[in-house]
Amino acid sequence: MDVILFLIFAIIAVVCAINVVVQTHPISSAISLVGVMGSLAVLYLLLGAEFIAAAQVIVYAGAVMVLFVFVIMLLNAGAEVRKGRSLMVQLLGVPLLIVFLGLTAYFVRRLFPGDVTVHFGGFTGGTAQAIGRALFTTYLLPFEITSILILIAIVGAIVLARKELD
Amino acid sequence: MDSFIVISLIKVLVVFAVLMTTLAYLQWVERKVIAHIQVRPGPYRVGPHGLLQPLADVIKLITKEDLLPSYVNKPLYLMAPFISVSMALLSISVIPFGPTIQVGPYRTWMQLTDLNIGVIFILAVSSLGVYGIALAGWASNNKYALLGGLRSSAQMISYELPLSLAVAGPLLLSNTLSLRELVGTQAGGFWHWNVLRGPFPQIFSFLIFLIAAFAETNRVPFDLPEAENELVAGFHTEYSSMKFASFFMAEYANMITVSCMATLLFLGGWNAPWPAEYGSSLVPVFLFAIAGVIALYHGMNAARKRDKYTFPAFGVIFLIIAGVFLLPFVQSWLMPLFWFCAKTGTILFAFMWIRGTLPRFRYDQLMGFTWKFLFPVAMLNLLVTGFLVAWF
Amino acid sequence: MSAIPISWFLALSAVLFALGVAGFLFRRNIVTVFMSIELMLNAVNLSFITFSYYFKKVDGHLFAFFVMVVAAAEAAVGLAIILTVFKNRATLNIDEVDSMKN
Repeated sequence: MDVILFLIFAIIAVVCAINVVVQTHPISSAISLVGVMGSLAVLYLLLGAEFIAAAQVIVYAGAVMVLFVFVIMLLNAGAEVRKGRSLMVQLLGVPLLIVFLGLTAYFVRRLFPGDVTVHFGGFTGGTAQAIGRALFTTYLLPFEITSILILIAIVGAIVLARKELD
Repeated sequence: MDSFIVISLIKVLVVFAVLMTTLAYLQWVERKVIAHIQVRPGPYRVGPHGLLQPLADVIKLITKEDLLPSYVNKPLYLMAPFISVSMALLSISVIPFGPTIQVGPYRTWMQLTDLNIGVIFILAVSSLGVYGIALAGWASNNKYALLGGLRSSAQMISYELPLSLAVAGPLLLSNTLSLRELVGTQAGGFWHWNVLRGPFPQIFSFLIFLIAAFAETNRVPFDLPEAENELVAGFHTEYSSMKFASFFMAEYANMITVSCMATLLFLGGWNAPWPAEYGSSLVPVFLFAIAGVIALYHGMNAARKRDKYTFPAFGVIFLIIAGVFLLPFVQSWLMPLFWFCAKTGTILFAFMWIRGTLPRFRYDQLMGFTWKFLFPVAMLNLLVTGFLVAWF
Repeated sequence: MSAIPISWFLALSAVLFALGVAGFLFRRNIVTVFMSIELMLNAVNLSFITFSYYFKKVDGHLFAFFVMVVAAAEAAVGLAIILTVFKNRATLNIDEVDSMKN
């Protein structure tokens, strides 16, 4: 049951990720990326990270990607024009990618031989209480610095995107 | 395990059927309420007092020609109402309508599923609902639709911030994200409801939540993005028949969801306002009996000929319902359901009341209102709540 | 209820990261490049949460949370930069924004 859920959402994530890279019009890429984030949220639920799953949907899929979609709609620059790729990229691109992935899979398999398995309910420490406690005790300094980072980002975005007062 | 699946399926079917009927009749109630505010009768030709009007509307919408214009972006055009409706209906799945109900040997909660992140699940699903509107505006390939879609999406994501901060207030008091436990912490009487209890009664949170909820569901006074007289019809200009009906269903379902959230977070969910031993079980009996008597009285001096039959019929129906509330074996589940529906219905009535009364905001006033007033007030409210909860 | 070996999650994270790198290197539209960066960040988040499950600690979740917040801030500023570039150059093709090249 958990395996079926993992396989379904992992395949959806990979297909949507390939779509992000392959599609010509940026808005199709944006919607596929929302699909990736949604399926990753379900995988986080399998791993017991319930708060992070909800935060992923609220922050990433529901706010950051909406920002992307807005910018794409406002700029309206159209689909990308495919210029020719060099011969080396066309010949070696996909095989190199597969070799890289194979090496990564081999190393991962060597490090984690398969005795640790993931099942729904294996880790119950991902509740909002646990994250809140850790956030405000152990990770208080990064929390405060992140809030200043967000303030800097807000000020930066407003300064960059405002109209010049002539 | 099997009985769990079967019971869940039955619950899903029941909730879906009741929800669809409620959506249709909510539109009838809205039209009647707005009509009476504007001193006119509203729909009253189709069926007694227009009660079959939603059926007529459904038939009209289904049999209308389903256009697929050639200039639209087809995948996005077809996907947008689907996203809107599915996100709107998904958020109903975690709302508890009452405590446990026993049917034969099976005992089950009147809730489709209880997540221990229930509150932020609803927030997450409603932030995904923005995509339906943004993509509808974009896919229609029409500048009015695009403007309406972008304005509506910007409004929805701007008002999500004060909404989330207002939701965090009662969460500090109740200490749980699960909706079932949230209702459990507000049991006992109306002085235990989150809007009135704790070191800082959450009245401001309630008001901020309601204002943000109006903007989230694109209702008056924040409905400029779908204003008929300003932007043709906003983001659903190019949609017809069933897809148009989907957007309307999504809007009403969103309205029901935020009213249920307000009830669960602030007004104590399905708890009665005072404990049952002091007679709160007699309130619905009383209300329905009065409604039945009034209907019977109006039936006797009927203004129109048809009312001589319909009003007494309704009077008898109301008196029968009042009698049903007196039966002891339905009281355990019917009473909490009544209180939940009464509170949610009051908030929905407030939605319609305000629609009939207030003019709409201009778009820059709307955005200025959230960023310059509502968001700082919500933050201040959360700060004061947190401080007082930590101190006491 | 069968269980999933943990290496599958890490393999998925590697695949998503590789796809993000491929998109970052091979696409010419600046917004798509930015979205590939977000894809890479998501893959890393999956890794963090997987390791948090492996060690049965909540710290991985906190790291993923901070990655999310920083990615949101970066997206805001990055998109503002993209808007400014578009205003000045009227193009979203990164090959044409090369006036600093020799």
